[in-house]
Amino acid sequence: MSILGTRVVRTEDPRLLTGGGVYTDDLRLPELDGAARVTFVHSPIAHARITGIDTEAALASPGVVAVLTAADMDDIPDGDGRPTTEPLLATDRVRYVGEAVAIVVTEQGYQGEDAAELVSVDYEPLPAVVDFDDALAGGTLLFEGTDSNVVRTGGEPAPPGAFDGCEVVVQRTFPNQRLAPLPLEGRAAAARWADGRLTLWASTQNAQLARDALAAAVGLDAAAVRVVAPDVGGGFGAKIAVDRDTIIVAWAAKHLGRPVRWVETRNENLLGMVHGRAQRHTITIGGSRDGRILAYQLDIVQDSGAYPRGATFLPGLTQLMASGVYDLAYCGAAFRSVLTNTMPIGAYRGAGRPEATAAIERAVDLFAAEIGMDPAEVRRRNVVAPEAFPYTTASGAVYDTGDYAAALDAVLDGAGYKELRAEQARRRDEGGPVQLGIGLATYVEITAGDGAGETSRVVVDATGAATVYTGSSPHGQGHETAFAMLVTDQLGIPMDRITVIHGDTDQVPTGIGTFGSRSLQLGGTAVHQAALQVKDQARDVAAGMIEASADDLELDTASGTWQVRGDPDTALTWAAVAAQAGPAGLAAAVEFRADSPTFPFGAHVAVAEVDTQTGKATLIRHVTVDDAGKVLNPVLAEGQRHGGIAQGAAQALLEEMCYDPEGNPLTSTLADYAAITATELPSFELLAMETPTTLNALGVKGIGEAGTIGATPAVHNAVIDAVAHLGVRHIDMPATPQRVWAAINEAKGSQMGPAHMRTAQ
Amino acid sequence: MIPAPFSYRRAGSVAEALDLCTEYGEDAKFLAGGHSLLPLMKLRLAMPEVLIDLGPVRELSYVREEDGHIAIGALTRHHDLEHSEMLARVLPLLAHAAGQVGDPQVRHRGTIGGSLAHSDPASDLPATVLALDATLVARGPAGSREIAAADFFQGLFETELEPDELLTEIRVPVPAAGAAGWSFQKFTKRAIDWAIVGVAVQGSAVALVNMAGTPVRAAGVEAALAGGATPAEAAAHAAEGTSPADDINASPAYREHLARVLVERALLEAQSV
Ligand SMILES: Cc1cc2nc3c(=O)[nH]c(=O)nc-3n(C[C@H](O)[C@H](O)[C@H](O)COP(=O)(O)OP(=O)(O)OC[C@H]3O[C@@H](n4cnc5c(N)ncnc54)[C@H](O)[C@@H]3O)c2cc1C
Repeated sequence: MSILGTRVVRTEDPRLLTGGGVYTDDLRLPELDGAARVTFVHSPIAHARITGIDTEAALASPGVVAVLTAADMDDIPDGDGRPTTEPLLATDRVRYVGEAVAIVVTEQGYQGEDAAELVSVDYEPLPAVVDFDDALAGGTLLFEGTDSNVVRTGGEPAPPGAFDGCEVVVQRTFPNQRLAPLPLEGRAAAARWADGRLTLWASTQNAQLARDALAAAVGLDAAAVRVVAPDVGGGFGAKIAVDRDTIIVAWAAKHLGRPVRWVETRNENLLGMVHGRAQRHTITIGGSRDGRILAYQLDIVQDSGAYPRGATFLPGLTQLMASGVYDLAYCGAAFRSVLTNTMPIGAYRGAGRPEATAAIERAVDLFAAEIGMDPAEVRRRNVVAPEAFPYTTASGAVYDTGDYAAALDAVLDGAGYKELRAEQARRRDEGGPVQLGIGLATYVEITAGDGAGETSRVVVDATGAATVYTGSSPHGQGHETAFAMLVTDQLGIPMDRITVIHGDTDQVPTGIGTFGSRSLQLGGTAVHQAALQVKDQARDVAAGMIEASADDLELDTASGTWQVRGDPDTALTWAAVAAQAGPAGLAAAVEFRADSPTFPFGAHVAVAEVDTQTGKATLIRHVTVDDAGKVLNPVLAEGQRHGGIAQGAAQALLEEMCYDPEGNPLTSTLADYAAITATELPSFELLAMETPTTLNALGVKGIGEAGTIGATPAVHNAVIDAVAHLGVRHIDMPATPQRVWAAINEAKGSQMGPAHMRTAQ
Repeated sequence: MIPAPFSYRRAGSVAEALDLCTEYGEDAKFLAGGHSLLPLMKLRLAMPEVLIDLGPVRELSYVREEDGHIAIGALTRHHDLEHSEMLARVLPLLAHAAGQVGDPQVRHRGTIGGSLAHSDPASDLPATVLALDATLVARGPAGSREIAAADFFQGLFETELEPDELLTEIRVPVPAAGAAGWSFQKFTKRAIDWAIVGVAVQGSAVALVNMAGTPVRAAGVEAALAGGATPAEAAAHAAEGTSPADDINASPAYREHLARVLVERALLEAQSV
């Protein structure tokens, strides 16, 4: 029996759960002896001209090694000359609160904050642009030499007539709010310049991309840079490659000729790590009264934040996935990315796809409410049929495999949808304060959509142990367990004799890393293929040793020995075969590139109780089908689903990064930024469904982001459903108690409105 | 997140704490559980030059039954209040309210004296002792004095305490037989949060969390109850005389609405105890 598909517990856990993890700031390496500490000086103002920086008092502060500003950065290459280029340290202007203006380098960490307070920056305030409409109007421009704050557009508005023939058309505008990625471990870096080489240890999802980006930023050859990712405590997309602050730390080591290190505070993390989402959607959905959706248009305004980072590509993904699981006669999407005086936007778990799903799943519920049909029935009538795969959408995405109706039926069945509706009706009849809401979401998403491949090298040495070198780079997912399973499956070498090496560019020079739910399908397939090649090499070597034909040899994976088929007397161990293979040993390197992305899908049912007097919503059940093809290890897959669902529910109920109209952040500590915790979540009910893809030998798709993508609209729809009978059609996310209360009030008011008018007549 | 420089002194007893306080004057601050003071210092919103650590002053950690009242040492931790069998019997409101403060880690460090001296209207215990008509005992260079809870809270982070006074004890009268009903309603977005609005009820005494710059008694509700109003009728007066804050969690109007809803629930629950 294959080990694949079985519940192998994570081999990483004993170490990580007993405090044995070594994160960047835990590193105690001789190379970092005497490292100085970096403290950032951030802009306290959203938009201002810098008219002077006085570092004298800070330089005189105890323990200060250096105070560095943009003026000290003449040893780095010039930017690309575009007007919107983001400087490393601010030069003449700051564009958001938290932007780095200077760094203070001190002997000890505690000295840094004292000295940073003494750096005196003269700011000449400029009007801040926070509101989408103000930003679009362009009354204040963020960059000189531009005539608009819009940095990118794509897609087309709905053509005339797109909604002709629809009996019902619903249009609505709502936000998909700004979130903080909030990994447990914030950003951290340590760097050293020695013998013409820059070494950076950093909390990153992709050592190799980090190396290339860092080399380019500081003007070195990639060969002169080494990046090491030690244990990484979560990233969610916000730690892809290196961000500007990490580059500054590495540059400082080179500039000063002394090792330096930095770890951010939670406050800095909330303000200075990229934020995610931050779109405004206008949906238009039309169809017939019998539940057929005929046309859908999604118009997106993407808040880019102060510089065009992720906002240049994220709304393109939203646009690509706009039509969701539905087979629509017309589907269109268009976006505009616009600069504001806020933290720049980047990838965050789902990166563009949760936004698409949230929009269309809300739209479908609005349509269902308008025609008075059960939202489950509307979905069933409109999903892409199983025989239509591969299915090409209006936006050009090619959905590989799927059965959306089956996923929907499975989750409705697992949740007991009928009984839930009956319970809801009972509560509505009784009219008590606590009402029940049932929210649905069906989704499809795109994984490994980046077009790049992934590398692996599998080596079996003369002790019979295997080493896997992978370009993929875990930060919580469990690659060490997963990739060792793939090797043991093919070679029969026990898991505890397999070492997985990742995240060090000297050991794994080429690779892409982990994001976009790509690791197993690309990195895992590469490991699988390399193991197969090693197996073929071993077969030939063993055949020579036994003096038999390679065709007659078999590998007994239970014992991990080679033998002539049916003749245990001829058995050779991996150690013996590898020793015979010579100095090169048994080794194979593979770069696997899939022909096209995969499209995981699923369906979620969320059940929420809403206290209609206070407006507080509580998620009491969450049932999901998340079909990501073949499951390598249910323990790992369920872990990804759990975390994803929690983050998805958090967007629906609690989390929002807020700025006031002057661009001051209002949620810069965890007392204000309402991250979800275990006490706000029920135990999730996860149903199994596996529809393999044909795009890789393992039949696997990505599971890392699916939970988040499905959960947000399901929970959001559940809250609204709980108060739908009171006349509420929509509540913006997060559906906080105050928003729910306000929506109920407004619905009461509008119901009273016409009645009053009737009385007056 | 690193405080500005400060000196640190440990006080082994009440007398020593007061001596140190006289020595350093207004530059010094007492450190009890540190769970309000240290976050402020880390954000550099508070920058005392000297911290006088009350940690070793074990003599101020107790819950005792004395004639007609319960005496609680100012350094008693929330966890100890929450788990005091005697309080559960005699003053369940206080034990329960203490169990609603933050999370277990916070309750193992934070003290009742620190919570009251900090005077944050969003905190749970100030409104609770106000509803309980407690008397606070302060000791200074000139000796001890008693301050009624109703006079103690002067404003956001402001109390009747002089800078050289130490809060030593909280005295709570044992509720009369007819006033045994109690309720504590804490409305939050997440279990760990401070109250958006809270209500403490003991008998017909009603105090509100986070409805003004200090904890306040809901005088309109109490008057209505005295006049024979039902819980629903009385609760309609919950927001009278309040001046709730406007923040990312709640507008003043929403807080006023919550106060009415929570007061009604609290009164009904207190009636049923
Ligand atoms: C994550 C978190 C969540 C929290 N959640 C809540 C919550 O939900 N509800 C709630 O009510 N509180 C909450 N708190 C606050 C907590 O209850 C604090 O412990 C309490 O408010 C202060 O008590 P302390 O002993 O820690 O005081 P400290 O922080 O040590 O001191 C606070 C202030 O009181 C002064 N002081 C302390 N003791 C005395 C004394 N005996 N005499 C005179 N002055 C004194 C100090 O000088 C300081 O100015 C939370 C705190 C944290 C960190």
